[in-house]
Amino acid sequence: MEIDLIAVQLFTGVALGAVFVLLSTGLSIIFGMLGVVNFAHGAFYMTGAYAGVFFLALTGNFWLALAAVPLLIGALGLGVERLLIRPLYGRGPDYPLLLTFGLGYVLVEIVRILFGTDGVPFETPALLSGGIDLGGLGYFPAYRLFVIAVTAVILLLLWLLLARTRYGLIIRAGARDPEILSILGIDIARVWLLVFGLGTGLAALAGLLAAPMRSVNPEMGVAVLVEAFVVTVIGGMGSLLGGAIAGMLVGIVVSLTALWMPEMSTISMFALMTLVLLIRPQGLFGRGLAR
Amino acid sequence: MAEPLLAITDLNAWYGPAHVLQGVSLHVGRGEIVALIGRNGVGKTTTIRAAMGLVAKRTGTVRFDGAEIGPRPSHARFAAGLGYVPEERRIVPGLTVRENLRLGLLAAGAGAAEEGRAIDEMARRFPRLGERFEQEAITMSGGEQQMLAIARALLSRPKMILLDEPSEGIMPALVDEMADLFLDLRRGGTTLLLVEQNVELALEISDRAYVLDQGRVVHEGASGILLADPTIRDRYCGI
Repeated sequence: MEIDLIAVQLFTGVALGAVFVLLSTGLSIIFGMLGVVNFAHGAFYMTGAYAGVFFLALTGNFWLALAAVPLLIGALGLGVERLLIRPLYGRGPDYPLLLTFGLGYVLVEIVRILFGTDGVPFETPALLSGGIDLGGLGYFPAYRLFVIAVTAVILLLLWLLLARTRYGLIIRAGARDPEILSILGIDIARVWLLVFGLGTGLAALAGLLAAPMRSVNPEMGVAVLVEAFVVTVIGGMGSLLGGAIAGMLVGIVVSLTALWMPEMSTISMFALMTLVLLIRPQGLFGRGLAR
Repeated sequence: MAEPLLAITDLNAWYGPAHVLQGVSLHVGRGEIVALIGRNGVGKTTTIRAAMGLVAKRTGTVRFDGAEIGPRPSHARFAAGLGYVPEERRIVPGLTVRENLRLGLLAAGAGAAEEGRAIDEMARRFPRLGERFEQEAITMSGGEQQMLAIARALLSRPKMILLDEPSEGIMPALVDEMADLFLDLRRGGTTLLLVEQNVELALEISDRAYVLDQGRVVHEGASGILLADPTIRDRYCGI
């Protein structure tokens, strides 16, 4: 097997992993802070891709869509948390789980009504449609490089937010002990609201970025939700670093398996998850069940 | 008579079907140290958690600094000047000593310079903490963690602090240090409501005390008189 073919496939895996990372990061911070297993996350991802289709049709400007879609779907997430999820806090984890499960179906149906049941094309933006020759390593699609770069920037910004700002301190402390924040004067309900908005905004960004690489259809969020859960479980529920590493790992494993054993590529990530769970049941960077 | 700083009237609280507080009334005047004593499980912690808005099912009124705060959420009670050091200290794992202290200043929205000054002042007041600023806070001893929890509550300069079992699991030398700190705080004008299992300590440093039994106040009076009455301790404060 040619070394440059492996390099290209590895690179494809990293680009795919970048989408997983964005998606699982949102899933992970929502679970870590709110304790909500967000089954609507895949639907927010899909909604992000369709919001991109809508913006592109309206303005013809991909960059505008890239800026507007996370904000728009993030705002939708704010509304969902405030109106639907907030009344369910304190009733056990099943309630928000069931609610978001149902909400996912509702969003899929709304998109079907508005955009039809068939997939819609999403063209790679002209500026990024070519390829870039990286020396002797091979010829890489520019758009995938762009996706990796955007993900890296987002992760860096998130890390700066968490490690260096007072909001980050609130989020880190709130994930461990929300009550202590309440008695130190922080309105924890507002923090949860913003975290849910941030998580859904990230899901929408992932959906928009994935749109030119994977097909855009109302069911695109279903498969990816499973992938995002696999990544989150491998990385460890509630761990940002774990999600980032696990996302890359899953992307690369899936892509490389596709190279040698295409029929096994979907199964490979579950095999990886099983392996990790056997060795570290709390995931690579998880804190275990003590919360 | 001036209105007390904290006045709790006919407080009832439930955990599920259990009627834990059955009409507790108490008041704490400005600049007082008041102790709340009684056996394990009689409702002492529930009383201050309810005063802080942390018990979901409750009735009764809680007036603080001239306003009814009963319906307000916990974070608004903090904003009104009511500090709370919970049982078991609640030091946040994964955060350093400095970060745990910073939590006490977040609500005030202090700038970096102001925050640095306030934390340096705490380092002078609690030298043991100052030496360990970059250490993960939960790796400190129980006594040091208790000092950290108190320092965290003090940073916002509350008018009053509710303290739940501050002496629990702490070596005697530190307990004395803490008693001095409480008296020092009172001299500075801070009002304290102290829940304690260590009845002697509580009655020695407080002005007045309430004895709680089975969710009701069964005695109240000057701490010196309660301390001299052996039946109080034998009947209501045995472990």
